[in-house]
Amino acid sequence: MRGITPWKVAVGLTAVALAAAGCTNEPGTTPPPADGSFIMSWTEPQNPLVPSGTSETGGGTIIDALFTGLTNYAAADAKTEMANAESIKSTDGGTTWTVKLKSGWKWHDGTQVTAKNYVDAWNHAAYTPNGMVNGTFFADIKGYADVTSVDPDDDGPKPAPKPAKDKMDGLKVIDETTFEVTLGGPSNLWPIKVGYTAFMPLPDAFFKDPAAFGANPIGNGPFKMNGWTKNTELKVTRFDDYQGADKPKVKDVTFRVYTDDAAAYEDVKNGTIDFQQQVPQAKIIGDLYKADFPSASSNKAISVSSFIAFPSWLPGYNDPKVRQALSMAIDRKLIVEKIFNNTRIPMNGWVNPNMEGYKDGSCGEFCTFDAAKAKTLFDSATTKPTEISLAYNGDASHKPWVDAVCNSIQTALGVPCVGKPFPTFGEFRTLVTTQKMTGMSRAAWQADYPHIENWLNPLLKTGASSNDGKFSDAAFDAKLKEADGTADLPAATKLYQDAEAMLPALMPTIPLWHTSQQTVWSAKLATVTINTFGELDLATVTVK
Amino acid sequence: MGRYALRRLLQAIPVFIGTTFLIWFLVWGLPGDPFAGRCGEKQCPAAYVNYMTEKFGLDDPLPVQYLNYLKNLATGNFGQTFNGIEIGELLAQAFPISIKLALVAVAAEALIGITAGVLTGLRRGSFLDNLVLVSTLVLIALPIFVIGIVARYAFGLASVSPEAPWHELIIPGLILGSGSLAYITRLTRVNIVENRRADYVRTAVAKGLSPGRVTGVHLLRNSMIPVVTWLGLDLGALMGGAIVTEGIFNIRGIGGLLFGAISRRESGIVVSIVAILVLVYLIVNLLVDLLYGVLDPRIRYE
Repeated sequence: MRGITPWKVAVGLTAVALAAAGCTNEPGTTPPPADGSFIMSWTEPQNPLVPSGTSETGGGTIIDALFTGLTNYAAADAKTEMANAESIKSTDGGTTWTVKLKSGWKWHDGTQVTAKNYVDAWNHAAYTPNGMVNGTFFADIKGYADVTSVDPDDDGPKPAPKPAKDKMDGLKVIDETTFEVTLGGPSNLWPIKVGYTAFMPLPDAFFKDPAAFGANPIGNGPFKMNGWTKNTELKVTRFDDYQGADKPKVKDVTFRVYTDDAAAYEDVKNGTIDFQQQVPQAKIIGDLYKADFPSASSNKAISVSSFIAFPSWLPGYNDPKVRQALSMAIDRKLIVEKIFNNTRIPMNGWVNPNMEGYKDGSCGEFCTFDAAKAKTLFDSATTKPTEISLAYNGDASHKPWVDAVCNSIQTALGVPCVGKPFPTFGEFRTLVTTQKMTGMSRAAWQADYPHIENWLNPLLKTGASSNDGKFSDAAFDAKLKEADGTADLPAATKLYQDAEAMLPALMPTIPLWHTSQQTVWSAKLATVTINTFGELDLATVTVK
Repeated sequence: MGRYALRRLLQAIPVFIGTTFLIWFLVWGLPGDPFAGRCGEKQCPAAYVNYMTEKFGLDDPLPVQYLNYLKNLATGNFGQTFNGIEIGELLAQAFPISIKLALVAVAAEALIGITAGVLTGLRRGSFLDNLVLVSTLVLIALPIFVIGIVARYAFGLASVSPEAPWHELIIPGLILGSGSLAYITRLTRVNIVENRRADYVRTAVAKGLSPGRVTGVHLLRNSMIPVVTWLGLDLGALMGGAIVTEGIFNIRGIGGLLFGAISRRESGIVVSIVAILVLVYLIVNLLVDLLYGVLDPRIRYE
């Protein structure tokens, strides 16, 4: 099992990737067979197949094949490209955006894709009584507060009050193919964000029977549903009326459920199936998978990174010196080599390398192992923890690296350090979010959209949803705010980089390492591209 | 016999309620919000957690939830998974596959095991007897996952296709039944050896019956009682799915469903499968007990 649990998902990209690939095809290549099919190893989705309700890999892969949103992320470099949108333009510095759709796009049931489909889908996703996982992605649209309500007793028996409205003021349909989006404040990043799965449109058929739709979705993407045997396999087939540039080269794709990744690996090897996104741990040791698949494997950094969060409300942990010392006491390189067989890449900054705005080495010496300096720094702090613990969820394979990190800290600083397991991820998360942790805890992040902003605002801003350590710094917040409000994207990216540059002095979290993914495929597949989200690019893949 | 069966069925009711309550409580009563861990490292939006909590009735007190569950179960409604699939549909799909696999395994056990047991029992101390003794020892000593993984990976066997046709189940079935097969061989052998010296066998031989009839009817029938018990219990156990074998060959049966459900914390599926397994066990046990009476006229149920 991978170090991070497979849920998360930032999927969006496949569709995107598709588009990208389509455009960059050089002319003159011979067209591959038009009617190929292949089988991929897959996991059962955790939620009904509705874009705004899907945030994990199993479901996300299917959503990406079935739906195409306004924009796509290119497979190779995750750059944003127009997909269903003709243009996304703002004339007032990023507060009001006019979205013009390409005409002639159709849903799989034959109806037209209209501006209303987007507005309806977004209103449905944001409206809290619908309980959509991705609902919070709409928070920067004007009128979001009107369609949301907070449960007075959290999980208790009292239901949340009905929100004031069920439509956001900020969304306005202009005509069949045009709509206008007004944000709460200027955001230059908005066109990048809309490539994420949460922003996909929904056809009118969805609103007639959402439950039936979740089991047999009708999309507007390159593939359409072709049967789903629950817990066994799901089939999609090419949608011939698809108007996007990312027209698939294969006709049928089957996603087959595997409970055991070793079984899936063997099946790729003997040709029963054709693709496995992540090879089992046992095949990484000594690069066994490379020996088995000399010319049909890849090892690629994906947009997932691991951190350690601090309980910044506790004395000792609230001193940046202590946090810097702890970070310097971790021998990332050795742990990556010994525990992860080099399937992680040591981090020196707070941003994943696949992101726009990534800068190497932004953490500097504080993310470089130096036991002596760490010890001096730690001893110079006035209050410091007398015993250090690192909490993790015991239902995934975190124990080896947690113990190694603790051992590294203990050896360098001379303070006892213990790993603290919690039985399930759910329990672990509940304790983290309710601030019940009494020591450090592990954290990880997967990008929703490929920009540096996605690694700063949601993780480190005061009160942000995934700010596990409740880190807060006024100057850092101000810098982020300045960047958020800057209309020019390159200028804003620069400001985000300036904000990241403030972090080594504050050490809000300890960056550990990025994840890389080892993928294998059968001899049947050709032109395999793995996008920056680690998924197979269904638009470019061909079969022999 | 009828009254006996009826009494056993009535006894099954408290057993069923007790076991399902325990399992249900253990599964749903786990600490931590079942929905808090479903959004990756991100915190799940409160709207999602509240919606799901209400949808699955988790904000009621535990006993109320259990009674609701029993009520639904009585009407054949197993509820839904968190991704909106009817659990009944999943079970209806997975059970036939697991039953097929279990039948293949039990058939292999019975055929090979009893044959080998009879042959070795009749020729005690022969080369064949020693050979079978050693091979059963190997089978008993090796856990299924070792046999399965070696068979699969050393010979490059493919997984069973989703429809699980009979012929593709033969090898997984043999592997699944291999341990029991060895036990059955030994059990049969011991009983044959012992009963061969019984008075009724000597009588049968003395009155001039053919050796085939002595072995086939008199000897075998009496030696089968412990074997039938074993086979019956095994069938019950195998119907519960074979997590390891199903995993190795990617068979989409109950074992794989249960394993997947546990790792995804799909509590509804776990509880439903266990409830059905309890029923299967109770019924198989009853059938085995009734079968004793058929095999051995000395056993009577009143």
